[in-house]
Amino acid sequence: MLLKDKWQGALYSLVVVIILWQAVAWLLKLPIVPFPWAVCVNIAEIFASKMEIHVLYSTARVLAGIAIAMLLGIPLGFLMGYYEKVDKILSPLVYFTYPVPKLALLPIVMLLFGLGETSKLIMIVIIIVFQIIITARDAVKDIPPEIFRSLKSLGANKLQVFSEIILPASLAEVLTSIRLALGTAVSVLFFTETYGTEYGMGYFIMDAWLRVNYLDMYAGIVVLSFMGFCLFIAIDIAEKYLCSWR
Amino acid sequence: MIAIKDLTVKYQTKNEEILALDRLNINIGKGEIYTFIGPSGCGKSTFLYVLSGILKDYSGSVLIDGQIINPKSQRIGLILQNYGLLPWKTVYQNAMLGVKIKNQPPVEEYSSYIFRKLGIDNLLNRYPKELSGGQQQRVALARAFILKPDLLLMDEPFSALDAISREEMQELFLNIWKENNVTTIFITHSVDEALYLGRKIVVFSPSPGRILKVIDNPCFQLDNLRYRDEYYDMSARLRKILDKG
Repeated sequence: MLLKDKWQGALYSLVVVIILWQAVAWLLKLPIVPFPWAVCVNIAEIFASKMEIHVLYSTARVLAGIAIAMLLGIPLGFLMGYYEKVDKILSPLVYFTYPVPKLALLPIVMLLFGLGETSKLIMIVIIIVFQIIITARDAVKDIPPEIFRSLKSLGANKLQVFSEIILPASLAEVLTSIRLALGTAVSVLFFTETYGTEYGMGYFIMDAWLRVNYLDMYAGIVVLSFMGFCLFIAIDIAEKYLCSWR
Repeated sequence: MIAIKDLTVKYQTKNEEILALDRLNINIGKGEIYTFIGPSGCGKSTFLYVLSGILKDYSGSVLIDGQIINPKSQRIGLILQNYGLLPWKTVYQNAMLGVKIKNQPPVEEYSSYIFRKLGIDNLLNRYPKELSGGQQQRVALARAFILKPDLLLMDEPFSALDAISREEMQELFLNIWKENNVTTIFITHSVDEALYLGRKIVVFSPSPGRILKVIDNPCFQLDNLRYRDEYYDMSARLRKILDKG
């Protein structure tokens, strides 16, 4: 899709969501569904004073989680894709644990690592790392053998095979898997921020809810969604830039 | 010079052991061009993989200038049927890949000469997917020649091209080859191509691959080859040998 089409698509969906929201607010006329405009005004008023710190915390957590998941998942996936033996040893493990609902592991993680930052990061990492591993592995396996052949006949060493073939060939797929994992990562982030912290958008939204401050609550939801959207776009742009050959 | 003695390659499949190449013996002099012809599945490509150092599991000996094949120390140019270009690299980067892997200093003058000669000097910033098959094969040729290889291996490089661009590429290739005199092994299943490009023609048997015959090719470098009697005589002779298998 062209960049212009994408922006038009995004704008179109934004308009549709606002119209629907407005309509629901009109129909219900309840304080739990405030008007979009009121929420926007509220965001403008409280962002600098009350929300900024929470946005920073959440962004940092989600970015750190993705970074750790990439650092673990990409090399592991590459090894599994390149070396049949590594794949044979690790594949059953990955397949066996993949369908386990990771959120159910939350109590264990909390018991082992406490309520602080570590357990939050670990939750994000375990939930998205598997997708990254599997995508990286399959991307390497999908590289046609003749591409390796032409480089091997030139006498390329392992490092050159990695930098000239494996990394560029699989980068696009890996970025796509991260983009898909991002949605999940933000949901998990929200969930983990509802306990053991006073910072983060999850905390902000739940706190506003408990204080029956619906305007703040909606402001939090909108800002959290916008944050996810920005990360999504950032990966999209990175993909466009790094994989322009596709 | 390439000295091949008792080269045998076996494959292990699930149920049985398959003999792909059976005791090949041949010497190829420096600066020679040999075409290898044989029915499909006769092990021609296997032979090439051994020579390019990709396949290491063989018995017998294969020496290039007295040394065991090692793509790290020898310069081997390999051109495959599907070009072997990296889709994420531009034409220029692809063509320079050999020199880059070998850590050789870039040879701008020579490479731009090759680009011009192959008619790809205006395509250098494109990606392979933006090129036609013939153009991609020109890039693969450029990569091989810029490397200044000790040995050039070609695995049916023009068979995916249409008839007109195939003949054009054969002529272009021969043209550059003459200037460089690289020892070349050219694998083909086309009698016409074997006659046009090979100073000597090696005929393979059907599987397991054995060398049936090595023929001096009187047609090599004759003008207007395809209109001459020698060409028809030789094609008939080659086809007979191939048919008898």
